[in-house]
Amino acid sequence: MLDVIGLKSEEDLVSYLPADVRFDGRLAIPDGKSEYEIVDYFREQGARNASGYASFLGAGVYHHYRPVLVDTVVSRGEFLTSYTPYQAEISQGTLTSIYEFQTMVCQLTGMDVANASMYDGSSAVPEAAMMAVRITGRDKVLIARTVHPEYREVLHTCTQHQGIPVAEFEYTKSGTVDLDDLAAKLDNETAAVMVQSPNFFGIIEQIEELSSIVSRKGALLVVVFTEAVSLGLVRPPKEADIVVGELQSFAISPAYGGPYAGIIAAREKYIRQLPGRLVGETKDANGHRAFCLTLATREQHIRREKATSNICTNQALLALMATVFMSVYGRQGLRELAQQNLAKAHYLASKLDLQFDAPFFNEFVARTNGKTPEQINRELLDEKIVGGLPLGRYYPELENCVLLCATEMSRRQDMDRVAEAFAKETRA
Amino acid sequence: MIKKVSRHIVQNEPLLFELSSPGKVGYQLPELDVPEVSAEKVLGAEHVRDDIEDFPEVSEFEVLRHFSRLSTWNYAIDLGLYPLGSCTMKYNPRVNELVARTEGLAWAHPYQPEELSQGCMEVIAALEQALAEITGMDAVTLQPAAGAHGEFTGILMIRALLETRGNPRKKILVPDSAHGTNPATATAIGYSVENIKSNDRGMVDLAVLERAVTEDVAGLMITNPNTVGVFEENIRKICGILHDKGALVYMDGANMNALVGVARPGDFGIDVMHLNLHKTFSTPHGGGGPGSGAVAVAKVLTPFLPSPRLKRVNDRWSWNYDLPQSIGRVRAFYGNYGVLVRALAYIMAHGGNGLRQATLDALLNANYLRKLLEPHYEIAYKAPSMHECVFSDDRQAKKGIRTGDIAKRLIDYGFHPYTVSFPLIVRGALMIEPTETEPKRELDLFADAMISIAKEIEENPELVRNAPHSTRTPRVDEVTAARKPIVRWKPESKASLSPAAD
Repeated sequence: MLDVIGLKSEEDLVSYLPADVRFDGRLAIPDGKSEYEIVDYFREQGARNASGYASFLGAGVYHHYRPVLVDTVVSRGEFLTSYTPYQAEISQGTLTSIYEFQTMVCQLTGMDVANASMYDGSSAVPEAAMMAVRITGRDKVLIARTVHPEYREVLHTCTQHQGIPVAEFEYTKSGTVDLDDLAAKLDNETAAVMVQSPNFFGIIEQIEELSSIVSRKGALLVVVFTEAVSLGLVRPPKEADIVVGELQSFAISPAYGGPYAGIIAAREKYIRQLPGRLVGETKDANGHRAFCLTLATREQHIRREKATSNICTNQALLALMATVFMSVYGRQGLRELAQQNLAKAHYLASKLDLQFDAPFFNEFVARTNGKTPEQINRELLDEKIVGGLPLGRYYPELENCVLLCATEMSRRQDMDRVAEAFAKETRA
Repeated sequence: MIKKVSRHIVQNEPLLFELSSPGKVGYQLPELDVPEVSAEKVLGAEHVRDDIEDFPEVSEFEVLRHFSRLSTWNYAIDLGLYPLGSCTMKYNPRVNELVARTEGLAWAHPYQPEELSQGCMEVIAALEQALAEITGMDAVTLQPAAGAHGEFTGILMIRALLETRGNPRKKILVPDSAHGTNPATATAIGYSVENIKSNDRGMVDLAVLERAVTEDVAGLMITNPNTVGVFEENIRKICGILHDKGALVYMDGANMNALVGVARPGDFGIDVMHLNLHKTFSTPHGGGGPGSGAVAVAKVLTPFLPSPRLKRVNDRWSWNYDLPQSIGRVRAFYGNYGVLVRALAYIMAHGGNGLRQATLDALLNANYLRKLLEPHYEIAYKAPSMHECVFSDDRQAKKGIRTGDIAKRLIDYGFHPYTVSFPLIVRGALMIEPTETEPKRELDLFADAMISIAKEIEENPELVRNAPHSTRTPRVDEVTAARKPIVRWKPESKASLSPAAD
């Protein structure tokens, strides 16, 4: 090959680079390792983590069972090692599966249109806010304090230089959004009101009522979700204008925080304001149904500085995991799965002292009554149980509260031990 | 002559919704070990949905068969050369897939106690360190989810630094050869965009740049090697021009596969850059994602890195949230961790010398293809190529055949097309990046195909214009798709059914 190019050695491929930019040293990275050593290294790191613990953490990331088929499908090289399906003729597999994904997201959320996925739930929040700003021509955003704290942080980071003031509104003693505080802050310059349901405390919000308050002022209602399994049982937020959320619950490993799959869905009339990739149905030259990426004129590679968003990649492989998961569970299974989550969480909650009294799905806030959350969690760790999330860091007023989550994978005996840890006196 | 492929039977398949029959299930749940509860009772009837209308009802085997059949309609790097310029479609080592599924890592919750997360944190620290070494930069954040997200993070840090100096400034300069994400990113952070025209060698024109850099300029976003695959030989001078005016230089690292072990952006004056771990560091593209857009910064920008940062306390890793100058979070948790595991495994497998060798091999493959194709296609710029080569369709356009047509004809020869019509500064661009993992045999087959197509254009341009001829799906009508978007299946949809349902 070098002969063909007319060079003597591979070094000649870089020798023309200016001497003051060439790196002639050796990278301080150890020599290459064998496959076995690599597997062994990661096994060792995994073992240093919480292996073999029961966990009652939720808060945006959930432990749900992953059906075996999910990895079987996503391990196929035709899905794993293909690029974004720009060449429709040789990408119908990915395009068809994304079309199915978009459809199922609509069926679940009660929206008309959904895109091909977002980086994750948190980054979908500012995208929805900016979309509402474009649609309404207004610039203010109100977000409930019951939206995931890290999602709110991401919203603040991403909107700060776009002339989009963001304000937060309070929650009530019941754990739902404070409609009075919302009404006081909502005005004719508000583009979007963002709430989460089930909210960060696991509580289900009154979407219908919120929608009428918000739409009366001409703003858009954006509903966020982090626990997708809830949609198997809880009424979908169909009065919302935009829905964003996280599908991690659908067979995506917790993986210390990512990669996950976010979604954005909306009413039909807003389709041209959606960010990211979108698959549409069309016909091929033989008149048969076919799919392709569509409405690319919204996107950065065409519109450059005038694009709806700078988003380029989506989370296709994770969206495929969620699609396989939704197909395996299906119409009946997703409901039964949600019902099991509801039963488990209510079993655990029945043994604890709850902070809020509004209806909740599979997460709830419990009071620690005399002990600190850290004391309780310490005791549980000794029993190989990871307890709930202490809320003080995110909500100073809830410093003696813990956010607990139970899923279909939570065992009764572990829940009983959690209840005991809350009940018993602190060890000396 | 088409040597690489022959036709074979492909299975048809309807949509999942069309496969469904009422009552069919593909799942099993264990018996509940706690009392059942009535959803209507605990949630209130108004909060309970009746049904998920039209959701799939299929058996487990049907699910497997459905997606297996769909998969056969895809092209993939596992099947052959995927020469998409700027996308770095290289082999995705399978050991990376295995280690990413290591139970203690894959099952780790981001909020589990730090004492039970030391393995996860160690992996993050090790990758940050390796990437800092590779880029010659001071520190690395792994939080951004993708390249464009990394750009956003980087420009936000530039803005934060300039604000501490009293003036965030107004403009970001972007060469006209840049990726579309660059201008879109600058806009998202409240900067206006000024395009810098390239010179006749496809490089940044120093005189034009010098005139453009005023006290209003916050920074320059540059790709190096640039999008025509050429190293910006004046990169040090370019950085100097910006720095002299108090502005910063952002490097789009999409083309880092040309530089690893050969040149380090931190050494030649770059202040901040992103790396696409799904390009340079071999994590799979997965049909469009997930990616990971690690961002490396020079010392001057480290105080502004996203929160939280890893910190070593008493021989243990800990997350530090006490970062008063940080730009904040750009996403929840710590980044696309599963992608980070794969990237670290790739770096470990290569080692320092192996990484450099991979770069040289990538350059060799690109220059080999360039040499084979140059007699038949017009090279866009004479400057030496690095990891990719860009041609224009000038010669073929005389016969009325454009880059998009040639791309479609390549499909008949068993290849995925190159990147079509990008960069925009090249008329009818064919942007070809073979990567280091392609064997010579595959490169030769590709060159044969390209040369054969060039001949077809001379002799029978219609054959090329109407390609592809051998795919399951011929060209699709993208215009109608955009005019009347149908983006979901509905039970009443009476679309002309695919062959599957005939």
